[in-house]
Amino acid sequence: MRTLPLSLQANPLLGQWLSLDTPGRLTISPGKVELGQGIASALMQIAAEELDLSFGRLTLRPVDTGASANEGITAGSQSVEVSGAALRLAAAQLRAALLDAAAVRLGVPVADLSPADGAILRKGAATGLDVWALADNIDWQQPISGEIAPKPAAEYTVVGTSLPRDDLPRKATTGGFIHDLTFPDLLHVRVVRQPFRLARLADLDEARLARRYPAVTAFRRDDFLALVGTDEHQVQSAHLESEFFTRWEDAGRWTPPETPGTAVLLPPEEDARPAPGNRRLSARYSRQSIAHGSIGPSCALAILEGEQLTVWSHSQGIFPLRAVIAKVLGRAVDSVRVIHADGAGCYGHNGADDAALDAALVAVAHPGRPVRVQFSRADELGRAPLGAAMATRIEAGLDAEGRIVDWQLSVTSAPHAQRPGFGGFANLTSAEALDPEALPRKVEDLPPASGGGASRNAVAIYDLPGQSVEVTLEAASPVRTSSLRALGAHVNVFAIESAMDELAALAGADPLAFRLAHLSDPRARAVLETAAQMAGWPDPNPEGTGSAKGLGVARYKNKGAWLAAVAEVTVDEAIRVEKLWLAVDAGLLINPEGARSQIEGGALQSLSWTLKEGIDLLDGRVPVLDWDRYPILRFSDVPEIETRFLINPNHPPLGAGEAAQGPVAAAIGNAVTRALGARMRDLPMTRERLMQSLLQA
Amino acid sequence: MSGTVTFTVNGQPVTTEASDEPLLLVLRNRLGLRATRFGCGLEQCGACMVEIDGAPRFACGTPVEVLEGRAVTTPEGLDDPVGVALRDAFAAESAGQCGYCLAGILISAHALLTGNPRPSRDQIVAALDGHLCRCGAHGAILRAVARAAERLQGAEA
Repeated sequence: MRTLPLSLQANPLLGQWLSLDTPGRLTISPGKVELGQGIASALMQIAAEELDLSFGRLTLRPVDTGASANEGITAGSQSVEVSGAALRLAAAQLRAALLDAAAVRLGVPVADLSPADGAILRKGAATGLDVWALADNIDWQQPISGEIAPKPAAEYTVVGTSLPRDDLPRKATTGGFIHDLTFPDLLHVRVVRQPFRLARLADLDEARLARRYPAVTAFRRDDFLALVGTDEHQVQSAHLESEFFTRWEDAGRWTPPETPGTAVLLPPEEDARPAPGNRRLSARYSRQSIAHGSIGPSCALAILEGEQLTVWSHSQGIFPLRAVIAKVLGRAVDSVRVIHADGAGCYGHNGADDAALDAALVAVAHPGRPVRVQFSRADELGRAPLGAAMATRIEAGLDAEGRIVDWQLSVTSAPHAQRPGFGGFANLTSAEALDPEALPRKVEDLPPASGGGASRNAVAIYDLPGQSVEVTLEAASPVRTSSLRALGAHVNVFAIESAMDELAALAGADPLAFRLAHLSDPRARAVLETAAQMAGWPDPNPEGTGSAKGLGVARYKNKGAWLAAVAEVTVDEAIRVEKLWLAVDAGLLINPEGARSQIEGGALQSLSWTLKEGIDLLDGRVPVLDWDRYPILRFSDVPEIETRFLINPNHPPLGAGEAAQGPVAAAIGNAVTRALGARMRDLPMTRERLMQSLLQA
Repeated sequence: MSGTVTFTVNGQPVTTEASDEPLLLVLRNRLGLRATRFGCGLEQCGACMVEIDGAPRFACGTPVEVLEGRAVTTPEGLDDPVGVALRDAFAAESAGQCGYCLAGILISAHALLTGNPRPSRDQIVAALDGHLCRCGAHGAILRAVARAAERLQGAEA
C-alpha cells in the first residue's frame, strides 16, 4: 500500500476536502492558509486540473477549525508539496466516483465517459448529466485511498499555466484582509505590551488615562493591559501615550529555558586529523536577530456568544492556536473556533497568534461584544517573535591538490521553533503576561524531519570527506525568537558558500570550478552551471575594483528545491546589488508566475536581510523600532532579476518560497568580497560595517 | 476647534466633525472605505496613501480638520482612464504578492501618470520610493506601472 501524504492520514475523508454542494462550483477545503504567497490559486489549479473544471468554477472555503481539514501549520514551503498532493489524490478519487455514478445512472460503460467543465460526456458527446446532479450519489464519507492514479503530468492544461491571482485586484482596491473585517458595536483594542520579557506592570494611572481619554477603559489582568473603546482614534491615541500612565519594572523573573545543548548531526570521523600545512580556513559567519516586518501589523477579532468563542486570525496554524487559546482561558477546545482571514504578507511565526490571544482575552471579558485588536508598528517590529540571531563556524582544510579533505561546521543559534503549543508551552506573549509560569521551560530545535531549524542546511551539499556538523541551541537571552522564513538556512548557506569561496581562493581555483569539483548531485550541478552561464561567468572584473560578481548555491532543507544565484554588486560608500541571476529546479511548476514571484520575492527579502537588517539590543532588550530605525529594502535598492526554471514535469513539485534566501545572501557576500578585496562575514553588511572592513583591510 | 469640515471623497461631498482624527481612520471607520490601509501611522511606509487635490499624501498623518474644500481620492475611486489602466496592468502582471501595499502604491502611481504620462523607469522608482513592500514584489509592480503608461500612450496616439 502506498504511503498517503500526512494531510490525508490526518483528514482521510473525501468530504473533508471537496464539495459540490453549490451548483456550478467545486469548493475545496484545504487546511493550508493564504499567507500572501498565492497558495490559494495554486491549490485551486490542482483540483480544477484533476476534475477537468475551468479554474473559474473553484471556490476556496475559508480555513476554519469548524470546517476545514486540519493540516497543522502553513510553513516550511510545504503547502504545494503536502496540501497539493492531498488535494490531487482527493480530486482524482472524486473524478472516478463521479464517472462511476454517471455510468450507473446512464447504463453505459464507465470507459466511455469523461467530465468536461462539469458536464458528463459520453464519447465526447453531451449526456445532459452534470457532476452537480451526481453529488447526492457520492459517498462523501469514503476514505481517500490514494489508489486512484491522478492525471499524468503530460495531460495537464491548467496546472503549469500562469493563471492570474484572483484575490489581488480585490485586495488592492477594496478590502479582503482581516484588518477590513468589521461588526456593529465593535470595540477597538490596543494592547500595551510589556516593554521587555516578563516586565511587571508596577503602576497604572487610570485617573490620568480617564482625564485624557474618558472614552477609553483600561482592561487589566496581571501584567496584561489592554485599552478598549468604541472610538479607534481615542484608543490609538491613548496607546501612543501609554508610557505616561504606566510604569513597568524588571522583577527578575526571567529564567532561561533548558535546551538540548549540542546536537551532533554528523559525527567527526574516528581518525579525523586536520590536513597539515597552512591551507586551512577557520571562519565565523553570523547574523543578528531580524524582524518579520510585515507591512500590515498583526490584527485579530473575537466575540464571545453564549459559551462559544469565535476568533478571526491570520495565524499560520489555526488548529494549534485554538488549543492554546482554550488552555490559557481554561475553556473546552470545542468552545473555541478559530477562523482564518488573510493577513498582510506572512513570512513565519509573527505577531498573528499573539494578537489572537489578546482578542480572545478581551472578548471573554466583554460577552456579546465583538473586539478588534490592532498591533502598532513598533510592536509588530519589536514585540512579535524575531528571526533568530545565529553564528556558524567553519573549519576546513585543503590537500596539496586543492581538494577539501576535512570540514567541521558548528552552529550556535537562538531558538527557531517557539510556536504556540510547541513543547507544551503557550509561547504567546499575553500568556506570559497573565502568568510568568507560562514561560517555556524547555526549547528544542525543529527535528530533521521538518527540515531542522538552527540545523537547516547545516550539512553542505558537497562531497566532503570527514564532514562533521554540530548544532548548539542557545536560549540564555530573553529575546523571543521563532520561525522566520528559511530559518537557519539563511546563515548556514551564507556560511557554507562563503567558505567555499574562501577555500577556492586558498586553492587558487575559480569558485565555480572549485564547487563543481566537489559536487556530484546532478540537479545541483545543473542549476549552478545554468546560473553561471546566464551571468556570463567567469567574472571579468579584477578583484578589488569595486564591482564584481559572486555565486551561491544550495538545495533548500537538503531535500527541497535547488537554487543557484549569481549577484553583481558595486561597492563604494554602500553596497548596491545591480543584478541577480537565479537558476531554480523546483520540479513541476503548478503556476510558473506564482513560483517566479515566490523565488524573486524571497531573493529580494534576502537581499534586504543581508544588506540592511539586524537588531541592536539595548541592555539585552529589543528597543522601540520603526521603519527609520529598522530600514528595509526600497524600490531604489531593487536590482534587475533574471530567473530561469529547470523544469522536468515528471519531478514532483517542490516549495519555492524559501529556496533563494541562502544562495542570494551568499552570492552577495562573495561578490562584495571580490569587489572590495576584503571579506564581510557578519550580517547585515551595512555601510558602517563596510567602512570598518575597509579600515581593517 | 469645533464645528465641521466639508470635503469630497471620490467626488462625493463629506461633512464630518473637524477634529484631529487622522483621515485614515475617518475613511476606514466612518466612511467604510477600507482599501486605504494602516501600516505604521508614522508616514513611513505608504500603505495609507491617498490623493489630496491630486497629490499623494499620507492619510495616517493628515488630520481631517485641515481638509476643508479639498478633494480626496482613495484607491476605491481610481476609475478614471489612468486608474483603469493601472488596475488592468497590475492584474495583468499579477503585481504584488500579499497585496497589502498595493492600494497606496496605486495612488502614487496614479498621481505620477496623471502628471507625467511618459515617466522613465527612474521616475517610476522615485515616485514609489516612499512605499515599502515586504514581499519583494517590486519588479512586477514597476513593470505594471510602465505597462499602464504604455497603454495610456497607445490610447493617446
